[in-house]
Amino acid sequence: MSAELPRHQFARRAVIAIPFFAAIVAAARLDRGPIRASADPARPGFVLHDETAAAGIHFVHQRPSFDPKIANIEPHVAALGASVSVGDFDGDGFPDLYFTTSRFGEPNALYRNKGDGTFDEVAASAGLADLNRPGEGVSMGSVWGDFDNDGREDLLVYRYGYLALFKNLDGHHFQDVTQSAGLHRWMNSNGAIWIDYDRDGLLDLYVTGYFRDDIDLWHLSTTRIMHDSFEFATNGGKNLLFHNLGNGKFEDVTDKLGVGSTRWTLAAASADFNEDGWPDIYLANDYGPEELYLNDHGKRFVLSTAGLESESKSGMSVALGDVYNRGHLDVFVTDISERGYLFQNNNLRLNEMTPDAGSNDKPRFHNMADAVVADAGWAWGAQFGDLNNDGSNELFVANGFISADSTKSYWYAMSKIAGANGRLFEDASTWPAFGNASLSGYERSRVFLNRGLGGWVDVAQQVGITDRYDGRAVALADLSNRGALDVIVANQNQPAVLYRNRPDSTNHWIGLSLVGTRSNRSAIGAEVVVESGGLKQRRVVDGGMGFASQNDRRLHFGLGHNEWIDRVVIHWPSGAQQVITNPAIDRIVVVQEPKQ
Amino acid sequence: MTQPADAAAIASSRTTPARSERFRKVDPRYLIAFLITLVLVVAQLRYHVVGGYERLAVALLTCVAVEVLLSWFVRGRVVNLQSAYISGISLTLLLKPQGAVVWPFVLGGFLAIASKYVLQYRGTHIWNPTNFAISALLLAMPNHVSVLSHQWGNDAATNLVIWAFGLVIASRVKVVHVTITYVVSFLLLNSLRALLLHQPVLPEIAPITGPMYQLFVFFMITDPRTVVRDRRKQMLVAVIIALAETLIRFASDQGWPLPTAFNVGPAFLALAIVGPIAKIIDLWTTRTTDGRAATPARP
Repeated sequence: MSAELPRHQFARRAVIAIPFFAAIVAAARLDRGPIRASADPARPGFVLHDETAAAGIHFVHQRPSFDPKIANIEPHVAALGASVSVGDFDGDGFPDLYFTTSRFGEPNALYRNKGDGTFDEVAASAGLADLNRPGEGVSMGSVWGDFDNDGREDLLVYRYGYLALFKNLDGHHFQDVTQSAGLHRWMNSNGAIWIDYDRDGLLDLYVTGYFRDDIDLWHLSTTRIMHDSFEFATNGGKNLLFHNLGNGKFEDVTDKLGVGSTRWTLAAASADFNEDGWPDIYLANDYGPEELYLNDHGKRFVLSTAGLESESKSGMSVALGDVYNRGHLDVFVTDISERGYLFQNNNLRLNEMTPDAGSNDKPRFHNMADAVVADAGWAWGAQFGDLNNDGSNELFVANGFISADSTKSYWYAMSKIAGANGRLFEDASTWPAFGNASLSGYERSRVFLNRGLGGWVDVAQQVGITDRYDGRAVALADLSNRGALDVIVANQNQPAVLYRNRPDSTNHWIGLSLVGTRSNRSAIGAEVVVESGGLKQRRVVDGGMGFASQNDRRLHFGLGHNEWIDRVVIHWPSGAQQVITNPAIDRIVVVQEPKQ
Repeated sequence: MTQPADAAAIASSRTTPARSERFRKVDPRYLIAFLITLVLVVAQLRYHVVGGYERLAVALLTCVAVEVLLSWFVRGRVVNLQSAYISGISLTLLLKPQGAVVWPFVLGGFLAIASKYVLQYRGTHIWNPTNFAISALLLAMPNHVSVLSHQWGNDAATNLVIWAFGLVIASRVKVVHVTITYVVSFLLLNSLRALLLHQPVLPEIAPITGPMYQLFVFFMITDPRTVVRDRRKQMLVAVIIALAETLIRFASDQGWPLPTAFNVGPAFLALAIVGPIAKIIDLWTTRTTDGRAATPARP
């Protein structure tokens, strides 16, 4: 073929061929290795031990079964429901754990922390076990919050079915007050958060909708129940905001406040992102872009673009943390990545919503996820926490969707329908049958070590995370009050795992247990900035965060080698600001909100 | 005296052929460039499909720069940059990398344009540049690169706009028969495949409504530079490409251990395999028949 070309052209083409083929070979070689070193040269500074059995936790999640009309994709529809939330329901100073399961007749579990590293399962005696019943639905998750400000943590359980609100009577027993509270609503929900949106000192409730609320998954009148777009679906269940009236009753104010998204929300979290004193709501939506509702003085919420609309993915979880110690709360949202098929990429969004946060034009979030953090697999629950107490947040991410036959993958079938016209896959009956195939199954969790401007590095193997469960909810809590954030993971259709954290003892820390007076007693929504030797960290008391999870409401700050704290600034939900100088460290400090 | 209505009719009868004539005189490459620009603008405005304007800038700059450099280096002059422009936009739309990195657009742009200068037969490049780059990256780097499979809205409106303009322009470029032959073959062969495998038909023909295929049927399989000459042969090759794709899909149905690229982009791989073979045979048989070297095809 070269004979017909001028000789000099042939020679020059040969010159081009060298970098051409070299580029292909180099690309293939690069693809076999990691983009960056898999381990940090320095020690991670902590180790996580699986001490589930030793702690007396033997919880195994059971997935639900639904109407046979959707049997072809039941593994997909029934792939949620494993949750964990942390709350000190008996007020003994040690955080307790509540797990949900999702099969009719199976009990949820309440593990009371005995303070010695072990737990007792007391859900039945507390009245919180029997929540998975035909006609009422199956549990998808829960959130703790003292909605009546009586000093005892109450519990909301959200289900594919009716909501259920339980009042904590005496630290040992709970009473179902759903009906009297006006919350007997059928919602196919995967998330809820407590939020005092109007700063009246009473916890309000924001519940996310997934499937539409006219769908009873056990008695389907139609198979047109799925999303009508893989990227911009708006035919999901409606999110609802319930205003706490203070007399034990709640009022639906969704439309009045303008927060009724129908974008298949999987997770919500609240914080004052623009630092105007009012708590905002951030949503991770499946099959759609994330949404940020900015709170306009408790009168209404305004849907802000903030740069979120340009990326439509499959948001699963919202975690909040001060990523680079700038004194602002940033956001991490998990999404789907399956190598070769799909790179939605997780979002690590730096908060540039405040005037001093670095935004040159309009307030926005700036996605900073590099390839390491962006691709964690089919990612679910995630949480920020200073696992090594060095003063910066690590990031724990649970992964894996459906682990079944490891030799069969549904990804090829998924790829056929994912880009198709929405009318096709809105109808569950047109989906290829799942059979016993896996879909991003047997994935491992990631533990990303924060190296600041040096980027993130996955140290999961190094610190001892090796399980291949289908992780869903992740919660962090200092279970033994020893200055170490332990990790609890609820796995779908599989055992829950408790990872006990052992950080290097050379680093210092402080725990802050806030008690509201003018604010809600749980202090949910309070934001704390700790300044120590040039280190500045912000955290928020969460009323639900991550995916189907809630962390220890006591705030944990690592201090590195700093032996003192310059000052602690507490922004209470009431609007009050409290400054504490030089508090004691290496202990949990209880702080009560000033009454005036 | 001419009434206003009649005048309008006369004016219309005068201007319509004139417009039509002007349309016919437009270089087809400009029409294709217009179409892909339209796709880009509609998809970006409606669905933010690009995923960051830096990707567009990098892909376009790389393609144009490589085209300028290599054409000057090999031919001593800078060639028309329409092809580089189309490749740059196609790569921007189709490549979906791991993380927020842009280097796959640099690599893809280089491979796309350089393939035209390196992979030739009798002075004609035999792969559609974007098809080669996408296929090479999918095969070589499945851990870091995937292709567009989402963020297109899944609604009919966008596809209708693209198909309306696409069919008009493909007609003008005289390749619409390739598009239609491929689409009909895809529908028939994959319906047959579904029936043979006792699977529902709809999921098997659903991909044709997806984003990848809108770009595939109007910009890759119809590339005037790389299709064979002769209308019937072009249609035959389109059928063979659809057949090859169906066989790839059949293998994936059976769980054969194919590289992931075959499961992700069976149409791209089918074209990457069949297209160059058909082109080489076309060039070879033309020479044999004519007894002289083939002239590179003109769009």
